[in-house]
Amino acid sequence: MEVKKESIRNENLAAALSIIPGVGQLYNRQVIKGIFFLLVAILFVYELNVFGIQAIQDLISLGVTPMEDHSLFMMIRGTLQVLVTVIFLFFYAYNIYDAKKVASHWNTGIHVNKTFSELFNNVYKNGFPYLLIVPAYLAMIFAIIFPVLVTVFMAFMDYSIMNMPPAKLLNWVGLQNFLNIFTLSTFRDAFTSVFSWTIIWTLCATTLQIVLGVFTAVIANQPFIKGKRIFGVVFLLPWAVPAFITIMSFSNMFNDSIGAMNTQVIPFLNNFIPFVDIGRIAWKTDPYWTKVAIIMIQGWLGFPYIYVMTTSILQAIPADLYEAAKIDGAGAIRRFRDITMPTVLAVAAPVFITQYTGNFNNFTMIYLFNDGGPGSAGGGAGQTDILISWIFKLTTNNSPQYSLAAALTIIVSFIVIGVSLIVFKRTNAFNMEDE
Amino acid sequence: MKKKGSAKTKRLIGQFFTYLFMIVLSIIIIYPLLVTASSAFQSGNVTSFSLDLSSEWTLDNFRRLFEETMYGRWYGNTLIIATTTMVAQVTIVTLAGYAYSRYRFMGRKNSLVMFLIIQMVPTTAALTAFFVMAFLLNAINEFWFLSFLYIGGGIPMNTYLMKGYFDTVPYDLDESAKIDGAGHIRTFWEIVTPLVRPMIAVQALWAFMGPFGDFMLARFLLRSQDSYTVAVGLQTFINDPRNQSVSLFAAGAILIAVPISILFFMLQKNFVSGLTSGGTKG
Repeated sequence: MEVKKESIRNENLAAALSIIPGVGQLYNRQVIKGIFFLLVAILFVYELNVFGIQAIQDLISLGVTPMEDHSLFMMIRGTLQVLVTVIFLFFYAYNIYDAKKVASHWNTGIHVNKTFSELFNNVYKNGFPYLLIVPAYLAMIFAIIFPVLVTVFMAFMDYSIMNMPPAKLLNWVGLQNFLNIFTLSTFRDAFTSVFSWTIIWTLCATTLQIVLGVFTAVIANQPFIKGKRIFGVVFLLPWAVPAFITIMSFSNMFNDSIGAMNTQVIPFLNNFIPFVDIGRIAWKTDPYWTKVAIIMIQGWLGFPYIYVMTTSILQAIPADLYEAAKIDGAGAIRRFRDITMPTVLAVAAPVFITQYTGNFNNFTMIYLFNDGGPGSAGGGAGQTDILISWIFKLTTNNSPQYSLAAALTIIVSFIVIGVSLIVFKRTNAFNMEDE
Repeated sequence: MKKKGSAKTKRLIGQFFTYLFMIVLSIIIIYPLLVTASSAFQSGNVTSFSLDLSSEWTLDNFRRLFEETMYGRWYGNTLIIATTTMVAQVTIVTLAGYAYSRYRFMGRKNSLVMFLIIQMVPTTAALTAFFVMAFLLNAINEFWFLSFLYIGGGIPMNTYLMKGYFDTVPYDLDESAKIDGAGHIRTFWEIVTPLVRPMIAVQALWAFMGPFGDFMLARFLLRSQDSYTVAVGLQTFINDPRNQSVSLFAAGAILIAVPISILFFMLQKNFVSGLTSGGTKG
């Protein structure tokens, strides 16, 4: 069938006309769509005029007159404008792409919808997934993207107790905050000490909970065990009780002078086990013992999740596999190393990684047990503060260092994201079939 | 004969150590919980938890909790926040998870991966941003703002899990429904979604428990005592050296931990299957 001459459209012309959004659509005889696109563009230009341009200028200058210009609010409005602009640019690109695509539909004879009801039906037919994800995107833009963007900007400004708007103006200081972390001796020492403890904490606590969880699952799933259900319920308890409750309780129990650990548990161990004689331990005043305590508590809190996970993986391993291995003379350790371990790792590796990154940022544990104490590691950090709780202190204490906190945050985020990306790529966790 | 005997002893020893391990672990788990729980029923204001089953048992702490403190109010606040979060979160995540599982659209993969990555930026990080936002919106002490942050923050990971679960529902079902003339909405609402009910239950429980367990955001954004959630309120019992009331804390903790644990165990089956089929896909 020959395509009628009147329905031939120049694709590049359609795209070019769309430099003014909607005009390309009008050229394609999609009047309603064209008017809608044009309206969106006009709205954006209007918004730029009354709000946007000023907001961007303010974001760049961060104000001129102290007391009159509030740098912080200027920064927030500017950030908002950046977001709005990016969203518009996406729309703009789509507008050009759409004009070109519809023009090619004309040329190949694919039906092009022109009336309102056709357009509406088309949106329902092909745009349904977009309708489904709009609420999710709106929430994420304002609850995640926007705050993160604000934090990023803040890391390049000089916002601290010494420099608080509206009395003073904020300034862009480039990489100064990052340099301060690594060059100013107080912050450098604090950073080194906090960072190395954060790494030790993450590795020890997470490995402990994973090893304990996998070990318990393997032990508790041996066929001969009676009362599996009861043990199962008990092992789940630490997961079922809200963590902040158990951490606060532990915090009380580990009190040096009156806590149950020193007054009940240690005397009990001394009586019960021969040749053991442990003195009182300074759980909350000696940094070393505080570290030991929080690592143990995290093992207690974190192992049930791994235990459940591993249990369900174990049940999926066919029993004949073990039978066959047994007949071939493989011992328990061999069977664990060659059958159980690889299977569990293959399925649970991404979960294990989220456990590591989770503990890297485990604020609740550190803050509620001993508030990062005892003692000080300089720069406002306590001896057991990890990066995340240090950031919290820098933001909330009496002399806040907002910009420094923001810079630290960016460092933390890079570490967490980097590690996760590498592992997720390796384990194909992002693999979404057919794409 | 002798060999068989030694194999049997070996097995017995293995069983002995297995049970020993499990019993010791059970004691380590139960002891601190029991200590907290029993402190709630001890009379007099003790200053420290310890397992003392011989002391007089009383419900006095629970009475004081509601008469002398704002615990009831805090509990109500938390319920409001938790319910709002749960309803909105489950709705949004179910819709998005369905879209990601069933449709192929522009930017599908990249957008989800991007959000998963951005979500890894720790919440603490954005504290100042949240505070300024709350300040500008006049939302300090406001529950809706806190709920909104819980909802938004949990979307990427939960959408990912939800998508994984939707993927386990065979695609043939949609096809035949569509052949029978069902539109997008009917396929979604009447055919596929009923089959992912277990995962929806899991998501609901997670979303509901979140506000009970979160400490940091609530602590940061709820500044007046009558807007506290239970987590923030309970901390004042144990943190304030002048006004420490450990037994009241214990009583309050029980009233949170017991219903949550019951819910948890009721939904535990779904929880586990949701975890493995949703979380480990791919």
